[in-house]
Amino acid sequence: MTKSELIERLIDKHPELSVKDVELAVKIMLTQMADTLADGERIEIRGFGSFSLHYRAPRVGRNPKTGESVSLPAKHVPHFKPGKELREQVNASLKDEY
Amino acid sequence: MSALTKADMAERLFEELGLNKREAKEMVESMFDEIKESLSHNEHVKLSGFGNFDLRDKRQRPGRNPKTGEEVPISARRVVTFRPGQKLKERVELHSAKQQ
Repeated sequence: MTKSELIERLIDKHPELSVKDVELAVKIMLTQMADTLADGERIEIRGFGSFSLHYRAPRVGRNPKTGESVSLPAKHVPHFKPGKELREQVNASLKDEY
Repeated sequence: MSALTKADMAERLFEELGLNKREAKEMVESMFDEIKESLSHNEHVKLSGFGNFDLRDKRQRPGRNPKTGEEVPISARRVVTFRPGQKLKERVELHSAKQQ
């Protein structure tokens, strides 16, 4: 499912709202989530999961083309931990298939 | 500094988009429900600008009960993984750089 398919599904589910409002709502929600992580804060969505930042220590990497070593600074990367409900629902789909 | 919640997101839709409080709350619920629904049907989710939710099937593997030390197999399972998009990764790295 892509973002535009998500928007279409939400439009079908919410006939009381205009197409424009649904499109904007999705944009606002995803922007707010990205802004939160970019500010170094967590996101906690009950039933779905939580997003946090994981620390990556500085390291010496290599340029794969030249073999030259480059020092890479410490950084944070976004991490998602699925909530119990999502984990169980997704795992149940595996069992349904067999 | 507290985490962003569904209530914060609904509040933003109320303020910025002018949805009423009930509509705003339902829209936030609906978005996460649709993502969950998609993943539960083994359909991965690609949200450009944010990231992708992928699914991986793991085979059964040997495990251990950490309390008793007893060997217990970890059953085959399907798990969700999140791969942040390039733009989000860059923005988060920028934040790390600012802190140092």
